[in-house]
Amino acid sequence: MSILLNKNSKVLVQGITGRSGLFHARMCREYGTQIVAGVTPGKGGVHVEGIPVFNTVEEAVRYTKANVSMIFVPPPSAADAILEAADAGLELAVCITEGIPVRDMVPVKRILADHKMKLIGPNCPGLITPEESKVGIMPGYIHKKGKIGVVSRSGTLTYEAVKQLTDAGLGQSTCVGIGGDPIIGLNFIDCLKLFNEDPQTEAVFMIGEIGGSAEEEAAEWVKAHMKKPVAAFIAGVTAPPGRRMGHAGAIVTGGKGKAADKINTLRNCGVTVADSPTRMGEALRSALGKGKS
Amino acid sequence: MNIHEYQAKEILSGYDIAVPRGRVCLTADQVERAAKMMGGHCVVKAQIYAGGRGKAGGVKVVHHPEQAQELAKELFARKLVTPQTGPEGLRVRRILVEEAVEIAREFYLSITLDRGASRYILIASAEGGVEIEEVAAKAPEKIHKLTIDPLTGLRSYQARKIALALGLSGSLCEDCVELILNLYRACLEKDCALVEINPLVVTRAGWLMAMDAKMSFDDNAIFRHREYPDMVDYSQLDTLEITAGKYDLAYIKLDGSIGCLVNGAGLAMATLDVLNECGGKPANFLDVGGGASREKVAEAFKIILQDPDVKGIFVNIFGGIMRCDVIAQGVIEAANEVHCPLPIVVRMDGSQVEEGKQLLMASGLNVQCADNLGDGAQRIVKMLG
Repeated sequence: MSILLNKNSKVLVQGITGRSGLFHARMCREYGTQIVAGVTPGKGGVHVEGIPVFNTVEEAVRYTKANVSMIFVPPPSAADAILEAADAGLELAVCITEGIPVRDMVPVKRILADHKMKLIGPNCPGLITPEESKVGIMPGYIHKKGKIGVVSRSGTLTYEAVKQLTDAGLGQSTCVGIGGDPIIGLNFIDCLKLFNEDPQTEAVFMIGEIGGSAEEEAAEWVKAHMKKPVAAFIAGVTAPPGRRMGHAGAIVTGGKGKAADKINTLRNCGVTVADSPTRMGEALRSALGKGKS
Repeated sequence: MNIHEYQAKEILSGYDIAVPRGRVCLTADQVERAAKMMGGHCVVKAQIYAGGRGKAGGVKVVHHPEQAQELAKELFARKLVTPQTGPEGLRVRRILVEEAVEIAREFYLSITLDRGASRYILIASAEGGVEIEEVAAKAPEKIHKLTIDPLTGLRSYQARKIALALGLSGSLCEDCVELILNLYRACLEKDCALVEINPLVVTRAGWLMAMDAKMSFDDNAIFRHREYPDMVDYSQLDTLEITAGKYDLAYIKLDGSIGCLVNGAGLAMATLDVLNECGGKPANFLDVGGGASREKVAEAFKIILQDPDVKGIFVNIFGGIMRCDVIAQGVIEAANEVHCPLPIVVRMDGSQVEEGKQLLMASGLNVQCADNLGDGAQRIVKMLG
C-alpha cells in the first residue's frame, strides 16, 4: 500500500507540449509511471513520444481512463487547468506550476471543496510512491520502497531528507511535496491523516519551514490523533527576521511562524525534531525507537 | 512587491476613497514649496518600505515651510530605523507633504490573505493607530475579522456589520460600507498581498479619510500589471538584491563571511542553519532555483563576489534530475568567468557525482568537494579558519 499514488495510477499531463511538461512526462514514464495522455488546448490529435494529446481533460479521461493529472500549465492559465481536472472527475491533480497569483488560487481552493478531487501543490515537486509511480519533478533514484511516509513544504530539502532516509536504510511508502505557496491543496494534516490510515506506513517524516502556522496545526493534530511515530525538521532557525509592511500579517498569525516556536510546539506534541538538517535520518530512527507520538 | 504610502493613496483615490491633499517631494526645497502650498501647517512624511515611521521620527506635523524644509534636510540625510526595517534602517529618498487634517476618530482597516482559511480576510478595529498589534494581542475582542467567501464576494450587509462594530451610525456608517466594498475591489483588482489603512479617520468635518495607507502586491501577479515594475523605488532595496532579482535569484545579504550558493529555498535555509551550527557565519542567503541552470549559477557567483565581506564560497546543490557533471561544468565556467580567487567548497548530489567531482578537482580552482551537507559546511568553516 501507499497513499494517493500506486503502480495502477493512470496519469495524464496537462501542458505536455511545453518544454518542462514533456521533459518530466518522459522522466516519469522512465521511472515506471503510466503516462496515458497529454492535454494541450489546440493540439488535440497529435502524439508526443507516443502519448496521445487531447484538447480537453474530459476527452483524455474518456479515451484513456486517466485518474491522475500532472499539471505544467504556465501561471496565467494554471488555475483554470486545476478546475478543468476537477470538473473531469479526476481523483488527484498534482500542480507543479510555480508563480500562480493568490487571487486565482483563492476561488480554486473554495471550489475544490465541492469536488472529490485532491490537489497537491501548486509550486511543489509532486509525489512519488517509490518503485511504483512518480508524478513530479523529483529525482527518482534517491528513493527506496519502504515504510516511511514523507510530507514536506520544501523541494530540494525534501530530496536531502529522502536521501538521508534511504542512506540510513529507511525506505519510503510515499513522499509528498505539498508545496510552499500560501494557498495549497492537501496540507500537512491531510497527508498525516492518509499516512495514519495506510497499513504500509509505519512512521512519518515531516519537513517544514519558517512562516505560516501549518506546522503548529499539524503538531496539535499529531498529538490528538496520530497512531504512528513522527519526526520532523524545520528549516530557518537562523534565518534573519525579514522586513515587513504593516500589521495585518502579524494580526492574522498572532506572531506565530518563527522556527523556534514551531520546534517547541512540535516537541511538546510528541514529535521528534532533528536539531540539524544533517541528522534528519537519525531523528526518524530515534522516533521509531520511541514508538507512537 | 511593496510600494510607498503616496502610491497606495493614489490607487485608493482611484477607488473613491478620500485621502488628504498631498505632494511627493524629492528635495528639501520641494518640501518647502509644498508646505507653503498647504499653508505652512502640514504633515511631513518620510516614504520608506516599512511601517513604524512615526515613532522613529519619520512623520511630523510642522507649522512653517522653513520648519518643513529643515526637517526634510534631516530626513534625507539619515537612515530611518523602525521596528519593521530591521537594524540597518532605510534611506529616505521621497517625502510626502500633506495637508494637516483635524481628526475626530481613528480606526484600523485592512485586507490581507488568511493562509489558514485560504481566503482574504478583512480586519477592522475602533482602536486604530500605532498600537494595533498590541490591541490584537491583549484585547482580541476589539479586533473585528471577516473572512471573505470568494464565490459571494464581500456583501454590503457584511461590510455594514463591520461599520457598525466600529461604532459608526447614520450616513457615516453607509459611507464606511461603501469604502469597505471599494477597498475589497481594489485589493482584488490590484492583486494586493496587503492593503492597510491605519488610521482610517473621521475628520472634524465629518468625512471618512485614509490618513495612512500601506499596500503590497502579490509578486506572482505582476505579469498582469504592466505598470508595477515602474513603481518600484530602488533606493529602498539592497543593490545586490536588485541585481539578483533581475536574474530571478532570491538573494538576501547577511553579515557573515561565507558566501552561499544553494538551489531551493528550504535547502538554502537549512544550509545557513548547518553553517551556524558549525560555527560559520553565512554572508548571504541565495537560492538559484530548484533547477540550478548554468546561467543562474554564473550570475549567482558574480553577485556573491561583489560582497566584499565574502572570504569563501559554499556551493550546495542537490541536482535532482540534473547531472552533477553538468553542474560542475557550470560552477567551473562561472568561477573562471568571474576570476574567483576565493576558496570554494562544493557539495553536489545527483547522478554522475563522481564525474562531477573529477571535473572540479581537475579545474585548477581552489576547490574542495564534500561528500554531504555536514561535511561541506565543516570544510568551508575550517578553510576560513
